[in-house]
Amino acid sequence: MSDNLEPRDAKDVEAAVQWALAGGKALEVVGHGSKRAIGRPAQTDLTLDLSGLSGVTLYEPEELVLSARAGTPLAEIEALVAAKGQQLAFEPMDYGPVLGGEGGRGTIGGALAANLSGPRRIKAGAARDHFLGLSAVSGRGESFKSGGRVVKNVTGYDLCKLMAGSWGTLAAMTEVTIKVLPAPETEETILVRGLDLTRAVAAMTAAMGSPCDVSGAAHLPAGAAARIPGEVAGAGGAVTAFRLEGFVPSVAHRKGVLAALMKPFGDVATVGTAVSRALWRAIRDVTPFAASRDARPLWRLSTAPARGAELGAMIDRLGAAEMLLDWAGGLIWVALAASDDAGATLVRRAVAAAGGHATLIRAGAALRAAAEVFAPQDAAVAALTKRVKESFDPKGVLNPGRMWAGI
Amino acid sequence: MSVAMPEPDAAVLARRERIVAALRAIVPGEGVIAAEREMRPYESDGLTAYRQLPMVVVLPETTEQVSRLLAFCHAEGVKVVPRGAGTSLSGGALPLADGVLLGMAKFNRIRELDFDNRVAVVEPGVTNLAVSQAVEHAGFYYAPDPSSQIACTIGGNLAENSGGVHCLKYGMTTNNVLGCELVLITGEVVRIGGKHLDAGGYDLLGIVTGSEGLLGVVTEVTVRLLKKPECARAVLVGFGSSEDAGECVSRIIGAGIIPGGMEMMDKPAIHAVEEFVHAGYPLDVEALLIVEVDGPQAEVDYLIARVEGIAKECRAVTCRVSSSEEERLLFWAGRKAAFPAVGRISPDYYCMDGTIPRARLPQVLKRMRELSASYGLRVANVFHAGDGNLHPLILYDANKPGELERTEELGAEILKLCVEVGGVLTGEHGVGVEKRDLMPAMFTEADLAQQQRLKCAFDAGGLLNPGKVFPKLHRCAELGRLHVHAGRLPFPDLPRF
Repeated sequence: MSDNLEPRDAKDVEAAVQWALAGGKALEVVGHGSKRAIGRPAQTDLTLDLSGLSGVTLYEPEELVLSARAGTPLAEIEALVAAKGQQLAFEPMDYGPVLGGEGGRGTIGGALAANLSGPRRIKAGAARDHFLGLSAVSGRGESFKSGGRVVKNVTGYDLCKLMAGSWGTLAAMTEVTIKVLPAPETEETILVRGLDLTRAVAAMTAAMGSPCDVSGAAHLPAGAAARIPGEVAGAGGAVTAFRLEGFVPSVAHRKGVLAALMKPFGDVATVGTAVSRALWRAIRDVTPFAASRDARPLWRLSTAPARGAELGAMIDRLGAAEMLLDWAGGLIWVALAASDDAGATLVRRAVAAAGGHATLIRAGAALRAAAEVFAPQDAAVAALTKRVKESFDPKGVLNPGRMWAGI
Repeated sequence: MSVAMPEPDAAVLARRERIVAALRAIVPGEGVIAAEREMRPYESDGLTAYRQLPMVVVLPETTEQVSRLLAFCHAEGVKVVPRGAGTSLSGGALPLADGVLLGMAKFNRIRELDFDNRVAVVEPGVTNLAVSQAVEHAGFYYAPDPSSQIACTIGGNLAENSGGVHCLKYGMTTNNVLGCELVLITGEVVRIGGKHLDAGGYDLLGIVTGSEGLLGVVTEVTVRLLKKPECARAVLVGFGSSEDAGECVSRIIGAGIIPGGMEMMDKPAIHAVEEFVHAGYPLDVEALLIVEVDGPQAEVDYLIARVEGIAKECRAVTCRVSSSEEERLLFWAGRKAAFPAVGRISPDYYCMDGTIPRARLPQVLKRMRELSASYGLRVANVFHAGDGNLHPLILYDANKPGELERTEELGAEILKLCVEVGGVLTGEHGVGVEKRDLMPAMFTEADLAQQQRLKCAFDAGGLLNPGKVFPKLHRCAELGRLHVHAGRLPFPDLPRF
């Protein structure tokens, strides 16, 4: 991978893919390369670097839409919309800390291709839910578009959904349109201390079943909580956190209701906006397991939220595991002691029992090749996945093998 | 109205009796309907201008039956048109003369309510409203609320990615489903997603949602449930111009407020509705806005005051806040009855469904008035103002020779106008047969070819709902051909390091 193709516009991207197709070359599609270490180590000949396709091309705050070239830095977009009191409601996580890269990197194209999300997933959805339109070059070397620049559209297949979470294996995106939403006027967080896994998930389930409109529900066992700087860690022990966002009078009201609801579970405390922001950023980016202090394999488990306690307990029994629960129990980050297969057999067995899927986010290349990064699929879904891949990229030009062998 | 559908396959029609017998062996009893009189109710959907008797109607009851009958149709090369409640306004369930009409109405059970995970697992024939009714006792509801919610089914909602008045704040169907069981045309049963928030692998659920019955037949859907907001209040605001109303909408959103619903009506629509429902709508205004905010009482009171303030700044002529639940429902009764109200003042009406960037509304309304005058057909507009989804209703009389055709032409002009100003052909009703031939106004050959290749990945023989969505049918082999260019870097000046 010594060669780098650096297209300047969509036409260049098309030419590059056509050239690779004709020459039987495989391309690694990257923006900033901030999530390059995720996925199976792919066998590629050249890098197709899309970071030169940069710049916001349309931003209409009152229409709630923004279009940008795929290589536009995410940070640039977030700053631009913040200046208008808006945000990307899907709260894209920054993989920098856990992968050992610089923080604050990443492009909008990468954020969408990885279907990034954050703690607000439980309320606002993931990148896929805010992805309105795209222009891209398929692995066939053809430019195509899908969707539009309006927030409500059902014209034709929703290819944006398919691109979200495809990790660059179907097409190289050149321009995207996303939905932007108002940023909340304020936020506060309620903390409940000292809960075990079962009680914590019960508390989160109760909060989510209330009309408090919780926009973040996470549980940090003692180990993870101790690595959150400042007052959240407190005197030690586990911390269960609930975020309330919105207009000032509304947050004030909901805080009272939620605090009363949580009282039977344990001691309740409230933290203000600044501490709340820092806490949820740490949870979003999984900084308790940041690479700077933790080299263990890191797994991302997705399950039915109320099954989080049961799955967490199964993982706990594996020994030497540490975890952090987000999405009211539906997302579990697990750091496991290093082993031959990064714990894949045991983790996948536990997830199969609870329902959901597991992704190996951090591990050395050899482990990622051996253990399968993305959850193995059953035969019918695997065959369908392969046909979908081939409909966009029949010769395997784009990120071949990054998700599964041949995909 | 006429629309070209795929030429019926004479060889299939010649085997009709044998096919019906084979289907009866799969779905016993009254599940197979072959008598013309009994098939009549299935000859059209909500777009009644198009009618076609199917070859046979099948009403399976189990996933296994669906699997077996699709495998049979696949082996025999028989086309299949899936149908929910048949409320589509775009002809998505229009039968084919040589096709099996696959009705999913008997899949009408709610399989599981899981309040801890805030999901319901339902069969596709369950109506949209029935889901909300089934969970109401626990304080939950299912957010997408298409106006046909009393009749339309979850399976149809998934196929069409249905919206509703609340989708600005709560999303469309695609944002409110987590999993499904899907039967492919080969008879293979595939499970996608589940109760967890993000599925692994490609987002197949995302692509099946809104695919208009062209990719597979859904036999189970897992939908998200939301907690009902504590309360809701609505403001009814009249404006002297659509520009003022549009500005008000923009400023509400600009103030960081995403209302639960935000609906606009133009003068012809207001008048039609008021005569019908007597909701107390002002008649001397050019545009009427209903803004509803929901949430805890404290939030609702605060936002209502802000919305009122913004409305006044935008030169509102009238402004009424609902003071009771009855009054709020009365405000909505008018809007919800807009279609039948228009149906009362005209022998027939044709409902369009484009989306535009909202800022272009005054320009679009002006052009629409010009088109309306030149075609000699009245147009009333209802508008999901928050998300720019416009429903022009063209008033016509099908008994007047040529008026139907002129209506169709005017409708096409309006949708092209939507695309011209940066919008799209359909916001929530789907392409179906209705807008099929307009797809090239929005998409290039290459755009459509890529969509059809995806169709091939699910249904290589093109047997599921052919003649819908795509203006031209291509064979998958032809679409799959690669056109490889010369093997040199065709842009010598491309930086390459």
